[in-house]
Amino acid sequence: MEKAMNQSYLNSHTSTKWTKGFMSWFMSTDHKRIGVMYAFTTFFFFFGAVILGFFMKLQKMYPASSGWEIIPAEWYGSFFTLHAIIMIFLFIIPGAPAILGNFFLPLQIGAKDVAFPRVNLLSFWLYLFGAVMAVVGVLLGGADTGWTFTPPYSVTTKSISLFGIDFDSVSWMLTAAFILGWGTILTGINFIVTIHRMRARGMGLFRMPLFTWSIYATSWLQVLATPVVGITLLMIVIERMLPVGFFDPTKGGDPILFQHLFWIYSHPAVYIMILPSMGLVSEIIPTNSQKPIFGYKSIAIASVSIAAVGYLIWAHHMFTTGMSDFAAVLFSFLTFFVAIPTAIKVFNWTATLYKGSITLTPAMLFALAFIFNFSIGGLTGMFLGSLSTDIHLHDTDFIVAHFHYTMFGGAAFGLIGGIFHYFPKMFGKMYSLLWAKIGFVFMFVGFNALYFPMLWLGYYGMPRRYHTYPDIPIFNDLQMASTIGSWILVTGVIIVLSVWIHALLKGKRTSEQNPWNSSTLEWQTATPPILFNFEEELEITRDPYDYEAFHAEVAAGKSVGGSRD
Amino acid sequence: MQRSLLVSRWEVHVTDQAHTVEHHHDEEGTRLGFWLFLYTELFLFGAFFLVYAVYRSAHVDEFKIAAESLNTTLGAVNTIILLTSSLTMVLSLDALKSGAVKLAKIFLITTILLGLAFLVIKGFEWAAKFEHHLFLQTASGIAAGEGSPLLTPGPEMLPNGQVLFFGLYFIMTGTHALHIIIGGIWMGLVYYWISKGSITPDNTGVLERSGLYWHLVDVIWIFLFPLYYLVA
Repeated sequence: MEKAMNQSYLNSHTSTKWTKGFMSWFMSTDHKRIGVMYAFTTFFFFFGAVILGFFMKLQKMYPASSGWEIIPAEWYGSFFTLHAIIMIFLFIIPGAPAILGNFFLPLQIGAKDVAFPRVNLLSFWLYLFGAVMAVVGVLLGGADTGWTFTPPYSVTTKSISLFGIDFDSVSWMLTAAFILGWGTILTGINFIVTIHRMRARGMGLFRMPLFTWSIYATSWLQVLATPVVGITLLMIVIERMLPVGFFDPTKGGDPILFQHLFWIYSHPAVYIMILPSMGLVSEIIPTNSQKPIFGYKSIAIASVSIAAVGYLIWAHHMFTTGMSDFAAVLFSFLTFFVAIPTAIKVFNWTATLYKGSITLTPAMLFALAFIFNFSIGGLTGMFLGSLSTDIHLHDTDFIVAHFHYTMFGGAAFGLIGGIFHYFPKMFGKMYSLLWAKIGFVFMFVGFNALYFPMLWLGYYGMPRRYHTYPDIPIFNDLQMASTIGSWILVTGVIIVLSVWIHALLKGKRTSEQNPWNSSTLEWQTATPPILFNFEEELEITRDPYDYEAFHAEVAAGKSVGGSRD
Repeated sequence: MQRSLLVSRWEVHVTDQAHTVEHHHDEEGTRLGFWLFLYTELFLFGAFFLVYAVYRSAHVDEFKIAAESLNTTLGAVNTIILLTSSLTMVLSLDALKSGAVKLAKIFLITTILLGLAFLVIKGFEWAAKFEHHLFLQTASGIAAGEGSPLLTPGPEMLPNGQVLFFGLYFIMTGTHALHIIIGGIWMGLVYYWISKGSITPDNTGVLERSGLYWHLVDVIWIFLFPLYYLVA
């Protein structure tokens, strides 16, 4: 009996009915299985969107006069729309919270599952349904509105009839985004309640690991912001189907109102994307420095204040679209203000490294790259937050490079680092450290080779969303450099994904509990974790990153340490 | 072979093949989650109210003229009906908590019937609007010449502000009616669960939450009514 209880989650089930194969996953309410399902689906979509991005960069390799055309002009809009929708709604928003949040949040706070396991499964189904809907929609009719769906274009644009059927793919995509939104809201509610109600005895709020703190801040944003964009997108659907001009100036509506309603969600959404990755970096760095994190409380509070201030700065996306000077100055000021908690975090991470005993695991490399890339992303954000430079840089490649530095070089690098960090715990398999590091080098070099030239391009006036460009030497050189960078980056992504797949299929089995010798709670259980996470009732007696106490516990045999020491 | 052991808040049944898990109810946690959900519903309508406020301030006079065409009496009757239904909902919960299961069921069915009455009156109001050619037609309908001349571009078309008013009126009351329907179905299920015995005087959580939902729908109407009917 006891034996059955203590089996790995990979061999035991939450239901008596579905115990085999696909259905034992698809119907499982176990937070760990749901996290793994998210991992497979999100990275599947991620790879698809990377391929789209690869072709877009290939298209930009030579100027218009050369006659080079990989993607027809009328398809380019659909390419970047689909690329953005997949990357934003299907990969990076659900990414870190849904994969690692689902898997490790209950483990980090010593809970047996999330507060509402069945709602958790429902969230996954909603995600899957919305994702399939979005992809099918674009394949059937294309959608070249951009992921922002800004009217009047999103109202007037017609679908491309691919198979000779009349199919309103834009309305279809908008509805898909609405459904995906409900998936995120339910996940957010679930995590908030879990954190408030299910912490183990002794696990005070300021004893929670920082990843949990970042998920907490993210969850509040998901709950606070998503409903508004949901209903706004539905208003576009209504405007497409019925003759009410909510956002049509010829019918008395106001298109700028749409932008406010849209960015009121979509700006906080960038913090939904970045905060969990910041949390992961806050786990990886102390572990691989074997040191308490510098300024634990300030990082925890910074997460929450980024969420709070981040909620109030949406209109900095609209400096060029018409707003009173007073409002513009106010939003500019608040935009600079949100950089403060962000900079506090960067400072704390680097201070943690100081005099640490640093091991360059693949996870650590990605975490360090996160700090580097995200600093460039954050500082270029300051260029855009100041009113006068924004007028010059708005709608250029500079913006594209800026948000890729934060979202890809930041959020996605952090997530990939997090997966490398937690991979042995999740699957009980070890990957090739060497190949993981090779993959990292390709990704890091390729990423910077791709996006750094785009900062220049934008500064010299290359507009974003353009299918091609005039034959100007500076454009030609930088575009070529950027395209070559994309080849290196894609190679890196393929290596990293192959490392994971290879490890899952043929990797060395490991049951080592704490391979990186980390002091946080989630490592103090079997590898892979048992169905209800911990064998006995827990009592937390120390802070999460107290390495001195942790080393003493390991010496006394009370906690499980790692082999690296 | 089946044995059950209580692990913390979880009831775990261990059989030879697998564990079935029943969430041991954390009533307070569930309530917290549900309030957060209600909050998201409120924000969903909040976006509508914001759009209403912006367009009302942009088209003050036209909104007034359009609002005068709404039937204030019917709106007031509906308000009274919904307020009463909130009362019967509370009485139902109160009755169930004090053990009067039969009375609770009577109050619950009254609430459902009042919700239905609200929908019927709303239906009459909408029908009256349609008769006066105030309805939203699809683009293909307009192309086929079936559109209302009052709402499609042309010499007879109403001013922009009035079209926006009616557009918002139909969509906001429509979304609200959808919530009434969902609430009604939920209460129907609750009625069934009470009859079946899975909701008992000791276990009123589900009834309480369906009540909270119903009050939210009521509160939203309390804002819709003055904004559309009274500020004419």
